[in-house]
Amino acid sequence: MTVLVLLDHDNHAIKQPARSAVAAAAKLGEVHGLIVGHDAAEAAAAAARLPGLAKVLHADGEAYAHALAEPLADLLVSLAPGYTHLLAAATAMGKNVMPRVAALLDVQPISDICGVEDGETFIRPIYAGNALATVRSHDGKKVITVRAASFDPVALEGGNAPVESIPPRDASALSRFVSTELSKSERPELTAARVIISGGRGMQSGENFHLLDRIADQLNAAVGASRAAVDAGFVPNDYQVGQTGKIVAPDLYVAVGISGAIQHLAGMKDSKVIVAINKDEEAPIFQLADYGLVADLFKALPELADELEKPR
Amino acid sequence: MKLLISVKRVVDYNVKVRVKADGTGVETNGVKMSMNPFDEIAVEEAVRLKEKGVASEVVAVSMGPPACSETLRTALAMGADRGILVETEVALQPLAVAKLLRALAEREQPGMIILGKQAIDDDMNATGQMLAALLGWPQATFASKLAIEGERAMVTREVDGGLETLELRLPAIVTTDLRLNEPRYASLPNIMKARKKPIETIAPAALGVDPAPRLEIVKVAEPPKRQGGRKVASVAELVEKLTQEAKVI
Ligand SMILES: Cc1cc2nc3c(=O)[nH]c(=O)nc-3n(C[C@H](O)[C@H](O)[C@H](O)COP(=O)(O)OP(=O)(O)OC[C@H]3O[C@@H](n4cnc5c(N)ncnc54)[C@H](O)[C@@H]3O)c2cc1C
Ligand SMILES: Nc1ncnc2c1ncn2[C@@H]1O[C@H](COP(=O)(O)O)[C@@H](O)[C@H]1O
Repeated sequence: MTVLVLLDHDNHAIKQPARSAVAAAAKLGEVHGLIVGHDAAEAAAAAARLPGLAKVLHADGEAYAHALAEPLADLLVSLAPGYTHLLAAATAMGKNVMPRVAALLDVQPISDICGVEDGETFIRPIYAGNALATVRSHDGKKVITVRAASFDPVALEGGNAPVESIPPRDASALSRFVSTELSKSERPELTAARVIISGGRGMQSGENFHLLDRIADQLNAAVGASRAAVDAGFVPNDYQVGQTGKIVAPDLYVAVGISGAIQHLAGMKDSKVIVAINKDEEAPIFQLADYGLVADLFKALPELADELEKPR
Repeated sequence: MKLLISVKRVVDYNVKVRVKADGTGVETNGVKMSMNPFDEIAVEEAVRLKEKGVASEVVAVSMGPPACSETLRTALAMGADRGILVETEVALQPLAVAKLLRALAEREQPGMIILGKQAIDDDMNATGQMLAALLGWPQATFASKLAIEGERAMVTREVDGGLETLELRLPAIVTTDLRLNEPRYASLPNIMKARKKPIETIAPAALGVDPAPRLEIVKVAEPPKRQGGRKVASVAELVEKLTQEAKVI
């Protein structure tokens, strides 16, 4: 079995979720990585250093600059005959492209797997993670997205795979990239952070998120949010953790002013240690938290920042 | 321009689902069912495009058992003009839904099809992308803003790092994210009016599609339970536990 993994990158480095997808792929057979982009040779070189890849394919073309679904899917379909499995992380990119690939190959994609049983049997969460389905694919080829939080990423270094350039394909211009508005942050990305501190509606305003920022700086944490906080405009959409936001599993997840709706829990309940700070002792988040603190966050957060400042 | 929208009947998002003891699925008997929340957003967007004079007709499609006609009635009460029920007892998977929608698109010739980004029961997040592939149309998934400008659609998408705007040639596929709009509640007069709107019922075979599932469900199980519930009395105790006991900071 040879497996092709479409790797998320930023032209320079390989994104952590893609390294988790490589880890999942390694359970299936020989793994080839695929870098698609424009001026992404550095990313291809970074892919070659990932442990566990037998080969890196690199397709460069202007049409690939913005990871549009149509040209990417077309390229993957052209490569499919050489592979039994096609994988990508269940990132915005992977979720956008892989089902398109699957339909072109007439197979049913297997979305967001959190476990690999064998070459055709996989585990995936359904109903916001309230149930785990074991599914077996009877399609000739498997097209899969991988829940990154469920697989430890392979290391950044250690491999030395050959990079093979493959020609770009003629792209039909069905869609055109116009612009992007990326939120800038010096902090680790949510899907890669060891520690996450998230705020909910209880934060009351965007300005109040600076209370979380101070602690995030102390813990080198990423800052996340509930949907209610995003909808209220406190923070940008890419902060959202949950069923329909980012799925995370850090070593430590601190939920502040978040009630613990099923849809939020779906995105963080696999964290190693969960802390909840909420003034309502009945808040459902406490049922799942390893350490619950019933307190007013406006008092507890400055106290926590002070306490963390103390030498330990 | 005609708009086609798809609406799935799912377990209501407020229900805490229970896995059946025999491991074949989750309990849906006697459980509250609703329109998939992302599909409500699709209906709302389509109805707004009609109200703005951009769309001429809004056709809603639901697929599954006869009870899906209730979901269609909700779409009609929100402002859709007519419904199509693709009736089957087969548990449909995205590939089959996409093929059925392709057949309907070929018949109806819509200028755009709007789907939810994800059904909150199977959490597949696949059907819209698959339909776009089958039709050879462009796609914009996870839309948080949509504008039609002549033969093109400008769509802002929610991506991992923030937002991205694409221009699509019509006809095109759009899938909705949560922040695209806030769906309206159907008013009582509109619920009454919806009763008179037409719903056509059709079988998958009449659309030339074999709806059989490709993924076999081997078993459905409860996820591992967390042992939560412990409280700490103070911030100082919290920090002590995190450093000494859990050793995560
Ligand atoms: C289809 C669908 C998908 C969804 N996807 C997501 C998702 O991906 N992620 C997500 O998060 N949600 C999602 N939701 C929304 C979800 O159902 C909840 O509405 C949301 O998570 C609530 O956010 P919250 O906990 O911040 O707000 P609330 O439920 O309003 O909770 C606020 C909490 O703050 C506490 N609080 C208030 N003031 C203070 C204070 N001063 N000090 C301490 N505590 C305080 C309150 O006690 C309360 O518990 C989705 C919903 C739907 C329908
Ligand atoms: N049985 C169905 N009937 C109508 N629409 C559906 C059905 N299944 C999926 N869809 C549509 O496809 C979207 C994505 O579903 P999924 O790919 O299953 O997550 C949903 O939000 C619906 O718009």
